[in-house]
Amino acid sequence: MAEMLALRDYYGKTVTELAKTNKDIVVLDADLSGSTRTSTFAKAFPERFFNMGVAEQDMIGTAAGLAAGGKIPFASTFAIFASGRAWEQVRQAVGYPHQNVKVIATHGGITVGPDGPSHQAGEDIALMRAIPGMAVIMPADAHETAAVIRWAAAYVGPVYIRLTRDKFPVVFNESKTFTPGKGDQLKKGTDVTFVACGLMTSIALEAAALLEKEGISAGVINMASIKPIDHALVLQAAAESGALVAAEEHSVIGGLGSAVAELVAENNPVPVIRVGIQDEYISSGAPEELLEACGFTATGLADAARRAVQLKKQAASR
Amino acid sequence: MKRTTDITELREIARRMRVDILTMIHAAGSGHPGGSLSAIDMLVALYCGVMDHGPDRKKADRRDKFVLSKGHGAPALYAVLAECGYFGREHLKTLRQYESILSGHPYAPSTPGVEITTGSLGQGLSQANGLALANRLDGRDTYVYAMMGDGETQEGQIWEAAMSAAHFKLGKLIAFLDNNELQIDGFVCDVMGIEPIGKKWEAFGWHVQEIDGHDFGQIFAAIANAKKVSDKPSLIWAHTVKGKGVSFMERLAKWHGTAPSTDELNKALTELGEKA
Repeated sequence: MAEMLALRDYYGKTVTELAKTNKDIVVLDADLSGSTRTSTFAKAFPERFFNMGVAEQDMIGTAAGLAAGGKIPFASTFAIFASGRAWEQVRQAVGYPHQNVKVIATHGGITVGPDGPSHQAGEDIALMRAIPGMAVIMPADAHETAAVIRWAAAYVGPVYIRLTRDKFPVVFNESKTFTPGKGDQLKKGTDVTFVACGLMTSIALEAAALLEKEGISAGVINMASIKPIDHALVLQAAAESGALVAAEEHSVIGGLGSAVAELVAENNPVPVIRVGIQDEYISSGAPEELLEACGFTATGLADAARRAVQLKKQAASR
Repeated sequence: MKRTTDITELREIARRMRVDILTMIHAAGSGHPGGSLSAIDMLVALYCGVMDHGPDRKKADRRDKFVLSKGHGAPALYAVLAECGYFGREHLKTLRQYESILSGHPYAPSTPGVEITTGSLGQGLSQANGLALANRLDGRDTYVYAMMGDGETQEGQIWEAAMSAAHFKLGKLIAFLDNNELQIDGFVCDVMGIEPIGKKWEAFGWHVQEIDGHDFGQIFAAIANAKKVSDKPSLIWAHTVKGKGVSFMERLAKWHGTAPSTDELNKALTELGEKA
């Protein structure tokens, strides 16, 4: 059993650590600092922390102004509010002028669980990906989160980083680094390849092990960098395994699955199965129940891989 | 920047700015004359009389900053920025054209002197707050000025920003309310009433002064008073006339977003004392 660590804990820790040497880092929150873990930063640097109250639009606007004034703002709230309530502020005040604002959205996806669909962001990656110039990133574990936060602080430009509430199995170690537009080939496969992000990366690794037992060679790519996506790596996997399964804790509309399908369709059409939320609102419930209901499990992903392999065979026999 | 508080001189600058505003909107074939003409006297007072700024200042230098939250007043801002030497006057006639440095609404990356990108109403004040917070963090005693439209205060984000500016005691933030009483669909009071607007800002914790936004003496006095208040943001509630200075444009919602025809332009320029 892999060690379980919360991505948001590593966000709070890492941004606080970076701020010790980078005096321009400031953090904003919209009354969720305990949940997003920006409270760690607030305790260490109270003069550089701005709690904006329950006002996400003003938070993003203020962050944009701070960036225009030379600061490096990290603005945090839940993914549903950061991407939804404040979408137009992110588009107009951050994306359009290419402002140096880091939107760090926690509680993305269905693993928010019992709070229910009002708080389960399944559209945030689609919304953010549609904004020109936005980098959109979802790390697979706590160590990759730390790497992504370190990168974001150094990069000049708008960034959306999606984190989650729950603890995730550790995939990487502390030496993990992050480069935008680069994925991680965790396992090579000749029959099918998973392209996954977030929690789905560790689940894809489990699914690949299941498939191995029945003689299906499944590769696994971790694609934290949803935008810019790693063109070369995805197309290489399409060429080498001839079938892909994109897996994400997000709607099948507009997220990683769409990005993979778009890329493959325009360059080297091979079957792509998208595992994600099927254009619906899920339900309240324990995270494990919801993951099961959505098929976000090793067996669910293995089923999707078998379908992808089947589609490839059908295409070959035509 | 050479600054002046000579009212005769400022009136002449404002007259020329009105000519520029109308000429550039006519050349563009679209744009917002009404709200540009209601705002221009305050912009001339700020850029030519009050603000510590200039095209020679590098980005990181200390300087006063201005945010045009009512971004559709861009022609007025562009006119004063050209007057102050941020870019050549020849650019004015390229307003709204493909690849011009002068976008339909202010876009900071392309236009020298524009601090903040605006155009979607309601978003400028939050960004002005952010600039003021950055100044405070870095120990700069400079001022941030902002200008909103009265119709713009129908946007909820304005009140979020009003709340946070007071909460953070942004004493070096001075915002103008260009109260020209009109918006696209008609009178503000008919479309969605905002009164009692002064009391609202006071209730949100702001220092509020009410002035005639076309009277340079009153504008300067209000700014001087606002600078004496260090623990609250200031609102200068300026009563203005939409389309001010052109008789057939004044107080008509039609001129919110309509470019003058060539005949109308010539008529307006004659009224403004410009030889054809």
